Amino acid sequence: MKISARHVKGVTILEPKGKITIGAGDIALRDAVHEALAAGSKNILLNLGDVTTVDSSGVGEIVSAFTTVTNRQGKLKLLHLPPKVNDIMQITQLVTVFDIFDDEEEAVKSFE
Amino acid sequence: MSARVPRVRLAIGSQFENIELVQIVIEESLRKLCLDEGTAHSIGMAVREAVANAIQHGNRQDPGKRVEVDCGVEGDEVVIRVEDQGSGFDPARIGDPRLPGNLLKPNGRGIFFMHQFMDEIDYSFGTDGGTVVTLKKRITAPEDVSEERDKEER
Repeated sequence: MKISARHVKGVTILEPKGKITIGAGDIALRDAVHEALAAGSKNILLNLGDVTTVDSSGVGEIVSAFTTVTNRQGKLKLLHLPPKVNDIMQITQLVTVFDIFDDEEEAVKSFE
Repeated sequence: MSARVPRVRLAIGSQFENIELVQIVIEESLRKLCLDEGTAHSIGMAVREAVANAIQHGNRQDPGKRVEVDCGVEGDEVVIRVEDQGSGFDPARIGDPRLPGNLLKPNGRGIFFMHQFMDEIDYSFGTDGGTVVTLKKRITAPEDVSEERDKEER
């Protein structure tokens, strides 16, 4: 799994590609979020549009990222949930925790 | 119908990278059933979770311990058994990850996922240790197209 990062109007957009699953993507996501925080980013938008699979460990890592960023007075929001990932966020009721967007511009603006 | 779907048995070492292998083999073995995408995805996800739990919590990633997977069609159900060599656990102690106090916990969703994706989950525990998780998924109007495929291939 590869994660790229770009910056738009003070928001770090992390874009993982592939699977966020145990022993692979979950660690990569953790590292990417910690790197963004270490670089001074407080506003992180996680674009899941190119994520094909998220297992329970992947969900746990997304939750961990959320609490880590929140504990550092930052914000982590989600963008472009694929249908299967959206289903998982629904059944786990994590949709009640995260701000989720389908439009990048709207998502970036929400951090202002 | 079930006779046309070969039973699959796998034994893997307790390493996370083997999860992918199990999922690929199971999905390939069930291809003849022509399951709809949603059912196939559900089974694949549940198998991932069961094997991950067996490696992580059962065998505690001890490379000397194996995880065995058995998959077949029994009647109108896909039945998958995942067995580890760990010390067992009490399913009743697994909390609902949707409860407010659990919602932001980073773990504790594996068994919940299995229940969501499958129709029935059973656990059995050996007297000398080891846990067998049995996953069952009913396949509605199953259709074995292997004969048609065989004809097409001839």
